[in-house]
Amino acid sequence: MKRLFPILAVLTAIFLAYALHLALSKATPTDALQGDVYRIIYYHVPSAWSAFLLFLINFVASVVYLIRRSPKADIVAVVSAEVGVVFCTIVLVTGPIWARPVWGIWWAPGDIRLTSTLVLWLIYVSYLVLRRFSSSAQTQMLAAALAVFGALDVPLVYFSIWFFRTQHPQPVIGGGGSMDPPMLHTLLISWLAFLCFAFLICWSRFRLELLKREVEQAHAMESLVGAGESAKASLPLSRSSR
Amino acid sequence: MNAIKFLFAAYIATWVIHASYIGTLVLRFRRLRQELQELGKRK
Repeated sequence: MKRLFPILAVLTAIFLAYALHLALSKATPTDALQGDVYRIIYYHVPSAWSAFLLFLINFVASVVYLIRRSPKADIVAVVSAEVGVVFCTIVLVTGPIWARPVWGIWWAPGDIRLTSTLVLWLIYVSYLVLRRFSSSAQTQMLAAALAVFGALDVPLVYFSIWFFRTQHPQPVIGGGGSMDPPMLHTLLISWLAFLCFAFLICWSRFRLELLKREVEQAHAMESLVGAGESAKASLPLSRSSR
Repeated sequence: MNAIKFLFAAYIATWVIHASYIGTLVLRFRRLRQELQELGKRK
């Protein structure tokens, strides 16, 4: 498994470079209205789809944890939430950078797609803050419950542009939207490259979480041994004092 | 033509965020491995 990681990392790097080449090359046509700035779509949309997928994984893992109390499901939940937040941050950063030249504004206050995405990001940031700073024995269960409710925002974000009038463009796939085939091809290649990258980051983060739990267990064992030794040391002293 | 800078800004921002996150992962790995080594030495 340790040998597989560098091989996959190199393959993903090549795939990402190919996706970047396609996104910037003339083989992918320029948008007639927006010009080349529309090419932000090849990073913005795959990041959004990857974030949604990771939050979905977090939702499934949280439900599994609530039912079975499986530690592995808990690890998958925290890993997918953290990596999902990274991808969602990219969506929230690249979105305004794209909006400025196209809409003339960085942010459309009150727009349901933008606001619900920001709320989604805040929900998962609070999930991570809860996990990081709460020392209660119930933290994992509370976090899983928060994740289940937080996931309800994902379909709201996704379908908001279908059902509400927003500043945000209509979906490029489904919902009546259409895209030039070479553009769609580049978009799908970019998404696949981002998914491979997300998988690699999740893998690393999973190993980190295992290591973290190993260290916590070692600390717990050490304090148990320490407590046992001090109890032994105090026992003959108390007997001799009698 | 001026809009091109926004395209590059978005691409650069994406990779800066990813690189920062990977950087934090590397630092956390290093710290935990060090901690585990110290715990091993104490035994």
